[in-house]
Amino acid sequence: MQNFLKAERVRFSYVNNMENPPVVNEVLKGVDLEIKKGEFVAVLGHNGSGKSTLAKCFNAINLPEEGEVYAVGFNTKDEDKILDIRQNVGMVFQNPDNQLVATIVEEDVAFALENMGVEPKEIRRRVDEALKTVGMYEFREHAPHKLSGGQKQRIAIAGIIAMEPKCILLDEPTAMLDPKGRREVLKTIKKLNRENGVTIVLITHYMEEAALADRVVVIDSGQVIIDDVPQKVFSQVEKMKSVGLDVPQVTELCWELKNAGFDISTEIITEDECVEALLGLLKKEN
Amino acid sequence: MAIIKTENLTYVYGEGTPFRKVAVDDVNLEIEEGEMVGVIGHTGSGKSTLIQHFNGLLQPTAGKIYIDGEELWKEKSRLREIRFKVGLVFQYPEYQLFEETCYKDIGFGPKNMGLSEEEIDKRVRETARLVGLDERILKKSPFELSGGQKRRVAIAGVMAMNPKILILDEPASGLDPKGRDKILGLIKEYHQEKKNTVMLVSHSMEDVAKNASKILVMNKAKLFCYDETEKVFHRADELTQMGLAVPQITRVFNRLKTAGVDINDDVYTLKYGTRLLLDILKK
Repeated sequence: MQNFLKAERVRFSYVNNMENPPVVNEVLKGVDLEIKKGEFVAVLGHNGSGKSTLAKCFNAINLPEEGEVYAVGFNTKDEDKILDIRQNVGMVFQNPDNQLVATIVEEDVAFALENMGVEPKEIRRRVDEALKTVGMYEFREHAPHKLSGGQKQRIAIAGIIAMEPKCILLDEPTAMLDPKGRREVLKTIKKLNRENGVTIVLITHYMEEAALADRVVVIDSGQVIIDDVPQKVFSQVEKMKSVGLDVPQVTELCWELKNAGFDISTEIITEDECVEALLGLLKKEN
Repeated sequence: MAIIKTENLTYVYGEGTPFRKVAVDDVNLEIEEGEMVGVIGHTGSGKSTLIQHFNGLLQPTAGKIYIDGEELWKEKSRLREIRFKVGLVFQYPEYQLFEETCYKDIGFGPKNMGLSEEEIDKRVRETARLVGLDERILKKSPFELSGGQKRRVAIAGVMAMNPKILILDEPASGLDPKGRDKILGLIKEYHQEKKNTVMLVSHSMEDVAKNASKILVMNKAKLFCYDETEKVFHRADELTQMGLAVPQITRVFNRLKTAGVDINDDVYTLKYGTRLLLDILKK
């Protein structure tokens, strides 16, 4: 699809009209970014870098002041297409408690579908399927507030995938979860991408999560400063730290060894790769 | 003498209703003064319920709590005094800011303690310095600040009461890596300067590993263990099973050891792991 998700020279500011003269905070300063259908892209950037603001441009919550944003083929400025965009570009936020509206799990997942006027039979089918996809089907008659954070977040994701969107933007979906909840949510995201072909844009502060993506985009001061495969992004240890970010521990370990003069790749981002490289190095040196 | 001590501490939510749930089950614990303790546990493990007992927000269903040698709840009239010894910083504390200026917000706790204007002023300025806020910010409204600054103001408000025990629930959640390191670094400095007891609740094993000397693990309402950091992370399998994790670096060293490398596997910080590997490689 042409213009699946695309930002062209996008500028965006928040204006505080309570002050006189109004205070203008320019957050996006000419962002160019294109995401293709089926990709799994992680977006990194420090607090206030503009990454959430950009994500909200992609489902027409924010409209650019300058430049153009296209989502699922439509320009977000086209008011007639807003519903198409919103149905196809779902968003999941940080706090699961702010996203659940019903008192029963399956009713919550059905909420958007009811608003869209989907046939009851079709709602039943989609709700069941969505809950099975996130592994929460057996909880369909439970009360959401009694579930764990990871479970609640998966219900929120089910509510989105029931709409059968082409793309899901997740804004720090694991920030409030414990390690197990984090693992559950990431497994679900990966499955949606690999098996169902859903395009994923994952905003996160966890570098290990970004390492799972096909591509990593780094935003700093309202601009894209790095856009590459995770191996190439994280091997730039000093640059990442200079913009308030970090790299996975395994990457930094290899980078330190390399700096000390040892022959080891700095493009290592997973535990498996790291163990393998270290075993190789130890064998060679001893 | 232990600064916090619990004896058979038990707390039950919804006693006498169908929703009865034991949130803290028979916990016996002694925390020494001046310790930096990491508190970990899965969601619903009881860690928040436990820490809310330490400054008397919750009254135990059964068992006893001693703070600084004094039994909490023994005499209700003493409760207020004891509470001043235990500062509790909730998750996302920036949502609790309310005063017109940061100065007033930080000074709110000390004012309630009935301190003199002079002492309040001293404490506000001292804690502002400790959390890295300059004088200019003190005059501003907290609502004009960035998220990270707001959070530091909120934490300073509790530090200004100079509690003997400072408990922080996920102080770094939602912050970027630099903001996370900054807040945790400030808490560590506060701990080193004041020698007060600090408890840090966190879901990030890497953060806990980097900062705490001891770790308290809650699992299914029970105290799983309270021990030195390296000993706790040594139990990687058990932690993973209860929905927790060990730092990535620890997993790497465990696997090297399993693969037959003659190496110390109680590695839980990157710094130590790097040094260890360099020592071996340079031999």
